[in-house]
Amino acid sequence: MSKKITPEATSRRNFLKKFSISVGGATAVSGLGLLSSCVSDDEEKVPMLTTDGKVINRDKSKLKLNLNEMQIRSREGLSGKKFVMVIDLAKCKNARKCMSACQGAHHLKPEQHHINVLQTENAEGTGFYYQPKPCMHCDNPPCTKVCPVDATFKRKDGIVLIDNERCIGCRFCIAACPYSARVFNWSEPKYYEGDANAVYDMELNVPQKKGTVSKCLFSADRLRIGKLPYCVSACPNGTYWFGDANEDAVTNGTSKETVRLSSLLSDNGAYTLLPELGTKPSVYYLPPKDRMFEYKEGELNYLGEEEPKGHHS
Amino acid sequence: MSENKKQSDEAIMLKIREDLLTPMTKFPLSYKIWIGSLLTIIAVAIWGYTIQLQNGLGETGMRDYVSWGVYIASFVFFVATALVGMLISAVVGLVGQKWITPISRIAEMIALAFAMVAGIAIVADMGRPDRILNLLFHGRFQSPIIWDVTVVNLYIFISILLLFLPLLPDLGIIRNHMKKDLPKWQWNMYNILSLGWVGTPGQYKILHSTLRVLLILIVPVAMALHTVTSWLSALTLRAGWDSTIFGPYYVTGAFVAGAGAVLVAMYFIRKAYRLEDYITDFHFDKMGKLMVLVGLVYLYFNINEFLVPGYKMKAADADHIFTLFSLNGEYGVMFWLTQTFGLLLPITLGLFKPFRKPFPMMLIGLAIVIGAWFKRVIIIVPTMIHAYLPIQNVPESFHHYTPTGLEITVTLGIVAMAVLIISILVKLFPVISLWEIAEEKGVDIHKDL
Repeated sequence: MSKKITPEATSRRNFLKKFSISVGGATAVSGLGLLSSCVSDDEEKVPMLTTDGKVINRDKSKLKLNLNEMQIRSREGLSGKKFVMVIDLAKCKNARKCMSACQGAHHLKPEQHHINVLQTENAEGTGFYYQPKPCMHCDNPPCTKVCPVDATFKRKDGIVLIDNERCIGCRFCIAACPYSARVFNWSEPKYYEGDANAVYDMELNVPQKKGTVSKCLFSADRLRIGKLPYCVSACPNGTYWFGDANEDAVTNGTSKETVRLSSLLSDNGAYTLLPELGTKPSVYYLPPKDRMFEYKEGELNYLGEEEPKGHHS
Repeated sequence: MSENKKQSDEAIMLKIREDLLTPMTKFPLSYKIWIGSLLTIIAVAIWGYTIQLQNGLGETGMRDYVSWGVYIASFVFFVATALVGMLISAVVGLVGQKWITPISRIAEMIALAFAMVAGIAIVADMGRPDRILNLLFHGRFQSPIIWDVTVVNLYIFISILLLFLPLLPDLGIIRNHMKKDLPKWQWNMYNILSLGWVGTPGQYKILHSTLRVLLILIVPVAMALHTVTSWLSALTLRAGWDSTIFGPYYVTGAFVAGAGAVLVAMYFIRKAYRLEDYITDFHFDKMGKLMVLVGLVYLYFNINEFLVPGYKMKAADADHIFTLFSLNGEYGVMFWLTQTFGLLLPITLGLFKPFRKPFPMMLIGLAIVIGAWFKRVIIIVPTMIHAYLPIQNVPESFHHYTPTGLEITVTLGIVAMAVLIISILVKLFPVISLWEIAEEKGVDIHKDL
């Protein structure tokens, strides 16, 4: 057990070291009066150690990591974790709260889906069901393989991220992804004026940038603070289970019930999408047996769509 | 005897110089109009590109599902056509075919021009061209794009050498004889570029052995270039691209495209420069036969590429085949027009001698080149229309791909750039190698001609 903790503890110490350096840097700048203009007295103060050994009080809101530190920690990921999602197709009633929570969090346009609820049918006549489709965070990801600049990559915790500070917009990853999980910023993103001064958070992929690829991140920013992803928390129907395969535990986003992952998968005959392609997804589906809803034709075609005709048509 | 030989050599060289160097000193109105219109097209394309830079790739017809369009198709087309340098000079030349002498330089010029603009097509397709140096700073050698960038540059480098080195003796001739016919700067340029060539047997020996090494070297490099280009598609899991024969399918297709481009260029250069004594009906006949040969090989790969998945009709492949083969399919009409006019008819007509005359050969070449471009669109776009999972909750425009006017303008601009490079090269340098023609006519070339 202690073996497992040591590397984490070290990295936390390193992290704190970097943290204090960056704050020290910020202090030095503000000492010159560049940042002192907008200080208000009633803000919460935090005692800090400067680089030359003095203790000073800083506003809590100033304690932000700079871009470089954010980039480094985002690329590393969370030690000892292997994140997985289980989607219970019997529960999805097409409420689409996952889609709107996701699009809100990641500043996406209505046609940009990190998670997309599809209506689909396994074979003709077997009945339609609703299928939420996030990024599969494959263990053999075809998308990261082809990236020429290491802008999209897989972290040690299994999450596939995209660094839109580095992406050159060649869209090879979009061509390579068999799940059509990736979207592109074909024009200026939704909140590009409001986001103009925000520090880029790779784990949230905000601000979105014109000419770069965006994708589902398993809400890596929420996982860092120990919360469930946006889509999982937003679901009113208990469709999503999310957790850590190393702990063999997943938590339901609606009921907050925690169960053993291996039992959930094997008891329900879980499957992955397009397993024949060998991508090894981290997203599992429970079959849409005993559906808790009635399929209504055409109710989700809010973008001017035709009725689906099943697979590959 | 040797005095007679010297005199006859002089006479032959005089005629060769007269025929091949005079066009370089003349700038007729037609040439100026031609260059002017190419520059106009390029200027409009640059204007279009600045709009695209400002507003993003949303100015094109591409969207999240069909995320590659005519830019990438054009890139593949340019790389394909560029392969002709290797086909003519290396493959045909190394097996000892002498008839390529008057057209090998034209082929090299086409190769260089098209290889150079291929990179421009890629940049036009990039969402963030401002970050192109990331390929150097953060390049991942596991990515086929890095392989492609590496090998395109290597191919351009060898193509420049293959164009430049055989020019040395010609540059020496220009330096010796053209001082009064050329502007001072231009003569100075040739003087410097000739690298002090005087035509000693030792110089020729070095030249010949260097060329031989380069001609052998360019074969694997060219194969690698187009194979890697095919892998940009074939290394993905998509139906229609997920094919083991994509490498040779692309390479043989490239030979057809290149043969077509050479036929067109031969015709117009011969006409403009009055080179009927050098590029004769015999050469068109030979090129026509070569076109038929590479066309048949390409046809063979086409049959494999479509019949094998078409027989099995796996779900995703079946969609793809339907889109192409059925006239009701989204790309059915384009597919059959392209295959008929770009491949089947050229092969069939090329079998008959009357069609291997200059004018019909030019027309057939033109059909091949246009067909080759559309074939690249057919390879790139229809596959992307068929995702494995249903395409839903997106606007109607995401389901199909139609290039916008801006996209077509930028593409035409890049084509114009390739043609402009060729047009400038054929004006700046002799289009036919003087010393090789002289050698064929029995002139003793081992001296300062």
